[in-house]
Amino acid sequence: MDAHASDDISKHVKTYFMVFGALMALTIITVGVSYLHLPVHQAIIVALFIATIKGSLVALFFMHLNHERKMIYWVLMLTAVFFVVLMLVPIATNLNKIVQRY
Amino acid sequence: MEIPYTADIRPDTGLTNGKLGVWLFLASEVMLFAALFSSYILLRVGSTEWPHGFQELNVPMAAFNTVVLITSSVTMVMAWASLKMNNFSKFRMHLGITILLALVFLVVKYFEYEHHLAVGEGPWHSTFLAIYFTMTGLHGLHILGGIVVNGYLWGPGAKMWQTQPVRFTNRIEIAGLYWHFVDLVWIFLFPMLYLL
Repeated sequence: MDAHASDDISKHVKTYFMVFGALMALTIITVGVSYLHLPVHQAIIVALFIATIKGSLVALFFMHLNHERKMIYWVLMLTAVFFVVLMLVPIATNLNKIVQRY
Repeated sequence: MEIPYTADIRPDTGLTNGKLGVWLFLASEVMLFAALFSSYILLRVGSTEWPHGFQELNVPMAAFNTVVLITSSVTMVMAWASLKMNNFSKFRMHLGITILLALVFLVVKYFEYEHHLAVGEGPWHSTFLAIYFTMTGLHGLHILGGIVVNGYLWGPGAKMWQTQPVRFTNRIEIAGLYWHFVDLVWIFLFPMLYLL
């Protein structure tokens, strides 16, 4: 391993610890917000918003998706499309109930 | 037969075969959990009443487990970074901590399950607990799978570092991809089941 590559990795290591700090802070915020007992629809939006940020941090930095090969993005885009369809199926079929309740 | 492109990059994909393979596997895992997330929405919307997770479940224990898993993700990526920096003993320490944290997660989960079962609140008790046990159970099995793979790479599998260091480093990277995915699923399961 040459010195240059080693330097590169130490920069990565710093980033990993910054991401770790952000994830911890967001976990505390998630739990804190739950004690506010917001109305359910607001609570769902806030919780999913924070979880999405946390998930993105893990995917981008720990799973190195911030600098990955094209082929992997293609695979993930296809997965994302099917994921969204699968989520929309129960939501679309129950739209009336969801609007009524929340 | 030797598996091709485990250390070298395959020119047409720009990836090692193992890495592409694990990403395809993770894509199928996304759909597996998506099916359950979808079922959760269907059950929740279809039911006449749905309890608040924090009334039924132990939030402090799950929050502690969230911290445990996030920490284990950091130690996992540090295990890989240590190999990149040619430091095998640090790699062993970081992967060892990752495995221990995974075990801590399962022990905490055991106490949670045990508490519910002791008062007769198994998956048969309500739709909420049915989906709770199904989702956390499947996630728990993934934790167990991660312990087995990481345990092998920490123990007998680590011999590969002596003969094929690049290939071994790639193995740790893709084992890490799986482990971060398991962490990512929990990041969504925790608020969904415990806080909403």
